[in-house]
Amino acid sequence: MILLVDLCFRPRSLSRREFVDPIAGILSRSGSDCQVVHFFELSEEAVQGADRIILCGTALKDDSYSKRIDLFTWIRDSERPILGICAGMQVIAAVFGGKIFPQPKIGLEGIDIVEETPLLGPPRRIEGYHLHNFGVTLPPGFVLVAGSPDGVEAFQHPDRPISGIIFHPEVRNRWIVEKFVSL
Amino acid sequence: METDSVACLITMVSADPDSYMFHTPNVAWAGLIADAIGVPQLSWPTLGEEEAELADLREAIASAKERYGIDGIVTGAIESVYQAVRVQRICRELDLWCFNPLWQIDQVDYLKLLVSEGFEVIVTGVFAYPLDESFVGARIDGPLIKKLEGLRDQYAINPSGEGGEIETIVLDGPIFRRRVEVLKAVKEYDNYRGRLIIKEARLVER
Repeated sequence: MILLVDLCFRPRSLSRREFVDPIAGILSRSGSDCQVVHFFELSEEAVQGADRIILCGTALKDDSYSKRIDLFTWIRDSERPILGICAGMQVIAAVFGGKIFPQPKIGLEGIDIVEETPLLGPPRRIEGYHLHNFGVTLPPGFVLVAGSPDGVEAFQHPDRPISGIIFHPEVRNRWIVEKFVSL
Repeated sequence: METDSVACLITMVSADPDSYMFHTPNVAWAGLIADAIGVPQLSWPTLGEEEAELADLREAIASAKERYGIDGIVTGAIESVYQAVRVQRICRELDLWCFNPLWQIDQVDYLKLLVSEGFEVIVTGVFAYPLDESFVGARIDGPLIKKLEGLRDQYAINPSGEGGEIETIVLDGPIFRRRVEVLKAVKEYDNYRGRLIIKEARLVER
């Protein structure tokens, strides 16, 4: 079972349909079971009961998740594969000592994969859909997987299966979510 | 709309019927639909010229913010990155929320949902091969969805018309207080381009 963590400003918001349901749809079409839980309502049981965890994105104007990083300290000790998408990546960065800072980007842009990983594959350029007001600094020890130190597009924890991507894979890059499930 | 309330409907009235951004067939009847739903309409003219029409949309949304105190806007974007990105940028400039609740929804599932929820939708325009004259004015129902699904598989037609292949008008639905009745309409069709031009319509009790 895959746990989808809804990071939108409130449980069952209109944003959920835009940022959580499309990921649930990709999982469903690939034959995976998933459970959606809002981060305000996340329990230890839900985290413990998940095989994999995806932290979903939010609306451009929504930064409520970044004010409650204290609700995500469980990520620090988790051994499960975790994928953070956009806001989810920002949360992972903050938990591991990176910084969230203003770096708005909207639209399709080229993304340079600079480090081969099981999730994104070999170095090459792909096109990805960006919708964010904030970027991140690379947390200490993390591997820069795509982008540059000044514009982190994807990163990975040095030892554990924890990854983040700042772009939205539900647009043109559904294969990333499918790959995450199969790893 | 769940826990949010709808303050107004914004209608962009394009002088160019082939606008990149805006729906144009029968757009003059959007005011009647707003009445049917019971929500004020903010109608805004635009020449419909590529990119310049965005400045008009920005003005319209800014006006809605001023007149109705809106916190954000809701669009019906499903797949179009071109449209979604431009609306997102305008909302960011105006410090407004932007919601796209249909974003990336499976288009056939969406059409089925419309029917199961009781929306009455008819096709008012077709603009792609191999959509024939029978589609113009057709009601979206189970058999039509099946047909569109087949055309998606064979010709990559977007079943909900997200690529501009099909245009529609909604005559009734669960959020309607009264329904729209079309009294007179004219069909035009030639070489896989067709329109149903509504000449007369009125509101009737549901």
